[in-house]
Amino acid sequence: MAETLLRVENLTMHYTTRAGEVSAVDDVSFTLDKGASMGLVGESGCGKTSIAATILKLLPENAEIKGGHVFLDGTDLAPMSESEIRHVRWRRISMVFQAAMNSLNPVYKVGDQIVEALETHLPQLSAQETRKRVEDLFRLVGLDPKLADQYPHEYSGGMRQRAVIAMALACHPDLIIADEPTTALDVIVQDSLLREMTELQKQLGMAMIYISHDIAVIAEVSDRIGVMYAGKLVEFGDTEAIFKHPIHPYTQGLLSAFPSIIGPKRELATLPGEPPDLISPPSGCRFHPRCPYATDVCTEKVPVYEEHRPGHFAACWHPLE
Amino acid sequence: MAKDPLVIVEGLQKLFPLAVGILSGEKHYIHAVDEVTFSIAEGESLALVGESGSGKTTTGKLLVKLTDPTGGHIKMRLNGDHVDIAHLKGKETKRFRRQVQMIFQDPYESLNPRRTVFDTIAEPLVVQGVGELQDRELRVADLLELVGLSPAKTFLFRFPHELSGGQRQRVAIARALIVEPAFVVADEPTSMLDVSIRTGIMQLMQDLAARLDVTYLYITHDLAVARYMSNRLAVMYLGKIVEIGEMEDLLHNPLHPYTKALLSAVPVPDPTIHRTAPNILGSIAKPIDPEPICRFYERCPIRESICAENLHPPLEDKGAGHRVACYLV
Repeated sequence: MAETLLRVENLTMHYTTRAGEVSAVDDVSFTLDKGASMGLVGESGCGKTSIAATILKLLPENAEIKGGHVFLDGTDLAPMSESEIRHVRWRRISMVFQAAMNSLNPVYKVGDQIVEALETHLPQLSAQETRKRVEDLFRLVGLDPKLADQYPHEYSGGMRQRAVIAMALACHPDLIIADEPTTALDVIVQDSLLREMTELQKQLGMAMIYISHDIAVIAEVSDRIGVMYAGKLVEFGDTEAIFKHPIHPYTQGLLSAFPSIIGPKRELATLPGEPPDLISPPSGCRFHPRCPYATDVCTEKVPVYEEHRPGHFAACWHPLE
Repeated sequence: MAKDPLVIVEGLQKLFPLAVGILSGEKHYIHAVDEVTFSIAEGESLALVGESGSGKTTTGKLLVKLTDPTGGHIKMRLNGDHVDIAHLKGKETKRFRRQVQMIFQDPYESLNPRRTVFDTIAEPLVVQGVGELQDRELRVADLLELVGLSPAKTFLFRFPHELSGGQRQRVAIARALIVEPAFVVADEPTSMLDVSIRTGIMQLMQDLAARLDVTYLYITHDLAVARYMSNRLAVMYLGKIVEIGEMEDLLHNPLHPYTKALLSAVPVPDPTIHRTAPNILGSIAKPIDPEPICRFYERCPIRESICAENLHPPLEDKGAGHRVACYLV
C-alpha cells in the first residue's frame, strides 16, 4: 500500500467581494499518495486553481480559509503562519503556473533566477554547488545549460515553461502542482512538455497535481482524476474508472462533450445552461439546474461525497451505474 | 458536393516588412502567407489548422479584405460572377461587405462595451441602410431567438458585461449573420469557451450554416474541433498549405510528414490509448526571408537531398481531392 503524502479534508475557502461572498472551494476532500499523479479538471471558475492556491496558502487578501485541513505527511498546513508555510513552498511543494513569462523576471538571466531560488531555500549549498545544480536542472528538463546565461525573452514559450519547471524542481519537492502549464503552447510543444513532465515525475518519485480544463491532457498525465464543478469536488477516482464508468452526470457530460480525432465521429453532447454564480450557488446539489437526472432531493439537500466503488468517490443523489 | 466554388484563392501572398536594417537599407520580410492556392465550394466548411504563426489568421483576414495581399488573387462569387476582390469599387465593396463576415476569437474584445446587444447586432444593418428602426428591431429579436438568446426581449438592451462568455459569442455570431452573408470566416470562435458551452456554440454555427446557407472558413489550432466543424481540412505550416483534403480522409490517412506529426501530438481523451511521440525535428521558427526550398525542410524527419535542391513542392493531387506538398509522398 502506497503511503499518503497529501490529505485534503473538508477544505473550504471563500473570497470576499463587493458583490458578496464567493464560495470558491467548498468542502473538498481527497488524498494523494507519494509519487502519484492526479489531475484536477473542470471549467473556468470551478475552483481548481483556488484549491492549489489554498494548499500553498498563496491567497489574495480577500480570501479566507473557512475550514478544513491540508495534511502534508501528517502536518496541517491550513493553520500555518506565512513564515511557517514559507518553509513548505519550494522545498516540499512547488508550483508551475500557466503564464511562464510571468513567473520569470525579464531583467535577470534565467540561470541567475534559479540560483537565487536555490540560495534562498538551500543556503547551505556553496556557490559552486549551486552553479552545478543549475546545470543539472537545465539538463534534467531538456535545456542546454548554456542557455542559463540568456534572458527570458530569448527563450521560446516552450523553453520558458521548461525553465519554470527546472526552477520548481530546484529543491527536490515531494509535490509539484502544475496549473495549466501547457495551455498557451502549440500541440507539438505541448506534447514534448507533457512527456517530459510525466517522465520527470516518475524518475524523481515526485507526486504531481496537474490542473487543466482539457480532459484529454489530464487523461494522459494522471493516475487519478478529480472532477470539479462550481467549487465542489464532484467525483474522484482512477483515470480509467473516471473515463469508463463515470458516476457523476457532470463528469459524463464533460466526457461526451469532448471531441477527439481518434475513433469514429460520434455525436457531441451539449450541457444545457452555464456554470452558476458562486456568490449565490444553487441550493442542494450545485449541478442540479443543468442535470438531466435532477429530482426534488437534488434541489433540497447537498449530496454526500462518498465512496461508491473502491477508491471511486462522488457526490450525487442519482449516481450513474 | 460537386458545387461551384464560392471562393477561389490563387497564389495568395502576404509579406510583413520587419523594422530592421533601417540604416543599411536592407529589407527583411515575414512571409506570413506565401503563395497559397485553394478554393472553397458553396455550402462547405473548410477548416484551416496550424500552429501559432502559421499564417491562418492572416489568410482569414485577407479573405474578408481586412488586409490587402502582397500578391495573388482572391476571387469570390458575388451575384453569379467571380470577381477579384482587390478590384472592387464603391458600391461593389459595400455589397461584398454584406456577403462576407468574420467572427473573432475573443468575445470579450470583439464587442463594444458601451453598446447594447441590439445596437451591436443592428449596426451592420444601419451601415448597409437596411430597413427602418422597427423593422431592424424585429429582425434582431428574431435572430436572437435563433442563436439561442431567448426570450429575445430580455437580451436586446443588455450590455456585454451583463452577458457570459458563451452569450457574448452568440451575440458576435448574430452580428455576423444579420446581413445574411454567403461566406463567414470564423477565427477560433470557441477557443476561449469552456467545454460545456463550446459544444452548444459549435452546434449553433452548424445549424445556422445549414439553415442560412453559409459557407465557412473555420480557423482553429484544435484539430478535434475542426473535425466537428468542417468537412474539409487544410493544414498550414509557416505560410504554406502543406496538405488539403476531405476531413476524415486526411485525419485517417495523413500523407505530409508535418500533418502526421501534428495529428500524433493531439492528446486523446482516452486513457487506454498511448500515443507515439510526434516525429518532427527542432522547433518552429519565424518565416523571415525563408529559403525557397521546402518550408518544412528544417524540421522534416524524412528529408532527402531532393528537398534541399528544389523549390518548395507544389500541392499535388493524390486522388479524391487529397493534395499534398511533398516530394517524398
